[in-house]
Amino acid sequence: MAENHSSVVIENLVKQFGEFVAVDHVSLETRKGEVFGFLGPNGAGKSTTIRILCGLLRPTSGRAVVAGYDVSRQPESVRQNIGYMSQKFSLYNDLKVIENIRLFAGLYSVPSGRLKDRINWALDMSNLRGQENLIVGTLPGGWKQRLALGCAVLHKPPIIFLDEPTSGVDPIVRRQFWDLIHTMAGEGVTVFVTTHYMEEAEYCNRLALIFRGRIVALGTPSELKQKFMHGELLLVECAPLGAAVEALQSAPAVLDAAVFGNSLHLVVRRAQAAIPEVKKFLADHGIAVHRVASIPPSLEDVFVSLTTEAGRGRDPRPS
Amino acid sequence: MAGEPQPAIIAEGLTKDFPGVRAVDHLSFEVHPGEIFGLVGPDGAGKTTTLRMLAGIMPPDEGSAKVDGSDVVRDPESAKHHLSYMPQRFGLYEDLTVEENIRFYADLFGVRRTEREQRAAQLLRAAGMSEFPKRPAGKLSGGMKQKLGLVCALIHRPKVLLLDEPTTGVDPVSRRDFWRILYELIAEGVTILTSTAYLDEAERCHRVALLHQGKLLFYDTPDNLKSKLGKGVLSVISAEGRRVRAELEHAEGISSLMLTGDGVHLVVDDAKRRSLEFESRLKNAGIPFGTILPVTPTIEDLFVDAVTSGSTGPRHG
Repeated sequence: MAENHSSVVIENLVKQFGEFVAVDHVSLETRKGEVFGFLGPNGAGKSTTIRILCGLLRPTSGRAVVAGYDVSRQPESVRQNIGYMSQKFSLYNDLKVIENIRLFAGLYSVPSGRLKDRINWALDMSNLRGQENLIVGTLPGGWKQRLALGCAVLHKPPIIFLDEPTSGVDPIVRRQFWDLIHTMAGEGVTVFVTTHYMEEAEYCNRLALIFRGRIVALGTPSELKQKFMHGELLLVECAPLGAAVEALQSAPAVLDAAVFGNSLHLVVRRAQAAIPEVKKFLADHGIAVHRVASIPPSLEDVFVSLTTEAGRGRDPRPS
Repeated sequence: MAGEPQPAIIAEGLTKDFPGVRAVDHLSFEVHPGEIFGLVGPDGAGKTTTLRMLAGIMPPDEGSAKVDGSDVVRDPESAKHHLSYMPQRFGLYEDLTVEENIRFYADLFGVRRTEREQRAAQLLRAAGMSEFPKRPAGKLSGGMKQKLGLVCALIHRPKVLLLDEPTTGVDPVSRRDFWRILYELIAEGVTILTSTAYLDEAERCHRVALLHQGKLLFYDTPDNLKSKLGKGVLSVISAEGRRVRAELEHAEGISSLMLTGDGVHLVVDDAKRRSLEFESRLKNAGIPFGTILPVTPTIEDLFVDAVTSGSTGPRHG
């Protein structure tokens, strides 16, 4: 087969439910050993795409090849060659550590000759050797998470799908988890992450942003911040904030104004040109300006900007 | 201070034990009237337990709490007139329409009909939901449900609003929308205490209490918190993040190192000095990289620094 066995290749993928187009001609390709993020708001088509890639849903048209197998023609082979883990669905809390591992080994048909090796491997990677008989429900969150990942990859799949794997967890635990993910990626495993948490998106090597079934941006996190933001960002410290936001709605240079804690974030076309204009505009409205400065956008700023532009029916890509 | 208004919320030494775990450990803080105050920390930090004690629905084992002047421990019933508590799973009736849910809560709080209609129209407008009065609550998106919960919780014009993780599971666009509504509410004079497990959300609050395993780590404005880190933060952009990490992991001056999708995020003692050092080190090792830039510390940097350096006890501003 021509396709790389350790990757996901999607070409012109379409999924329709009646009149509704959930996935609208999506094409992308992941690289071996890449942590690839699939980002989008709720209802953007993320879950539909993942279900197709996991061989659980047939596409209306187009093609998807996962681990070298066509998802429409060989869904069984696809399922045997992927691992799946989410924050919500993972382990059986009333079973012991070892019982969970054995259960998943059975579900994934790990051959009996390799069983002992894989169990030991899972215990080592989750730091649970010697704790085999603990009930999973009593484990701290970080341990559970590593065990869940261990169970999802017992059959050594070349591709793992992660669905919001670390939302809400302790940042230290999250960092350890992602370190583990990057180590696996370093060994050649392709990791496909779906999320709408920017904290998780920052850990991905490349990101695709999907909105209304279409890919509206694709690149590394820094490329997205540099190239895809519609306009530039200003931080404004002034008082009173409420009056400032209201006044700025009619300021010609300002595309968007929002309160952000004790200051304002403005989206403008060009930061350098807008700084004096904003200062003057606020002063003319009797608002005391303490500071106006250009700041780099966060991934969330980019995400909101792209989805807002796409929602207005404009082409969000930079011209 | 003379002339200073009374705090809207006072928590003093709040403590709650559950079998085998101290969920909240001598927590003290004050919330000023008209501010958005954030209880920020990961799952298991004690946020929900704290909110329940403040809402007067769970008695603390130790300590006291006042909301808008009423003692919620000794007299929870009278405190309930001034506050509204929106738990993580707000009790919306999925088979009732938006309008019917609002009417139900208005009746529960004893809001009169004319008052209710005016207030509901205003709140629905602010929430951008005026078009859906007849839609069953069960057919709303996650973000919309949260907004409807907020409308119901506000129908009786409470002075203090307690929100438990209102943006969990809500995507960034709806989350911004939700915060826009919160800022509009404080303009009306409402005081808001909200909890979140997303540390980046702390930046949207006027002041925050950062919690970890039931204890207060820090308590201040987001800007002051960041300056408390007292360290520099560097971002190394590189497609070879793992090699960058291997090279710099044990370098002098680094207190924490995090591998990101397109490089490495470092907390260092002296950003200027270390960025020059690391630049030449990576060049000598032949590891390709784009830039090494000083970046603004995040609340997460502060949290990780405090927890890993084992600093104990709250630091006040």
